Amino acid sequence: MESQNSHLDSVYTLYQDMIKRGFTLIYEGEVNHQITKTFTSMADENMGKVSEDDSVRKKVYHVMVECLQNICKHADDGDQSDTAFSGNGIFIVGRDDAAYHIISGNAVDPAQKEKITQSLDFVNSLDKDKLKELYFKKLKEGSISEKGGAGLGFIDMVKKTGHKLEYHFDQLPDGNFFFILKSTISRNK
Amino acid sequence: MDALKLKGTEDTPTVNFDAGANVFELSGKSMPENVAAFYSPILAWIDEYGKKPNTETVVSFKLEYFNTASSKMIMDIMSKFEDISNNGAKVKMKWHYLEVDEDMLEAGEGYSEIVEVPFEMISY
Repeated sequence: MESQNSHLDSVYTLYQDMIKRGFTLIYEGEVNHQITKTFTSMADENMGKVSEDDSVRKKVYHVMVECLQNICKHADDGDQSDTAFSGNGIFIVGRDDAAYHIISGNAVDPAQKEKITQSLDFVNSLDKDKLKELYFKKLKEGSISEKGGAGLGFIDMVKKTGHKLEYHFDQLPDGNFFFILKSTISRNK
Repeated sequence: MDALKLKGTEDTPTVNFDAGANVFELSGKSMPENVAAFYSPILAWIDEYGKKPNTETVVSFKLEYFNTASSKMIMDIMSKFEDISNNGAKVKMKWHYLEVDEDMLEAGEGYSEIVEVPFEMISY
């Protein structure tokens, strides 16, 4: 029986759109440690199938873990009664001939927006040597936060990929923001 | 003292710290859900070992992957062994890295600049 259900119609549109955009993975929902492990091993297996360069494979894996852990560790910073902060987010892996693109999105409050912006602008302004210097300085002097992070994720992502982090904030109706972060890993050697 | 042996999983490393056999090894993957909880028994073990260390300690790292939070804990492990070295015992680090993994080599070199004990870089 042919269904009149518009949800089913949109599946093919979504499929075509994913192919066209080179999105190999799109996920919307709660991001937790189990999801992080599953997605990273799935992507790694997928890259193995297309005989991706080992060094590219490792970099993609690294960036995926840091992005997903950022969402799980920080998604509970806001008001728990607010669904936007219940650990939910969006996570996308895209691939084209030249690069892999890892995109994540999650809600943040205005204070976090300020902090993230400052941190990203600073990390993006540093060259490779300065990034390395900052990484090891923080490693030596820093400590693990209550959230279980070392505050090294952004630095490491730029250092390992050699690409600046692109970001964008969308204003949410409740005064918070939807934070979108994109990291690029070149495929051509 | 009792050896500390943990079998590695998909997100935690294999740990083999055995003072009697004079073996100190950390290998595999490290991206535990809670880094502090996973690494605190290891750090406590090294504190205890430091009270009566062997005359020569070689700490071997053979990690395929670690996340940034784990990189901080690796730093803490190395600092504790550095303290043992500062107290007069001989300590050396062996940093194993996959030949094609430049980032892993770079990480080892970074640690070797901060931690003041001899490092040996070994590719495999």
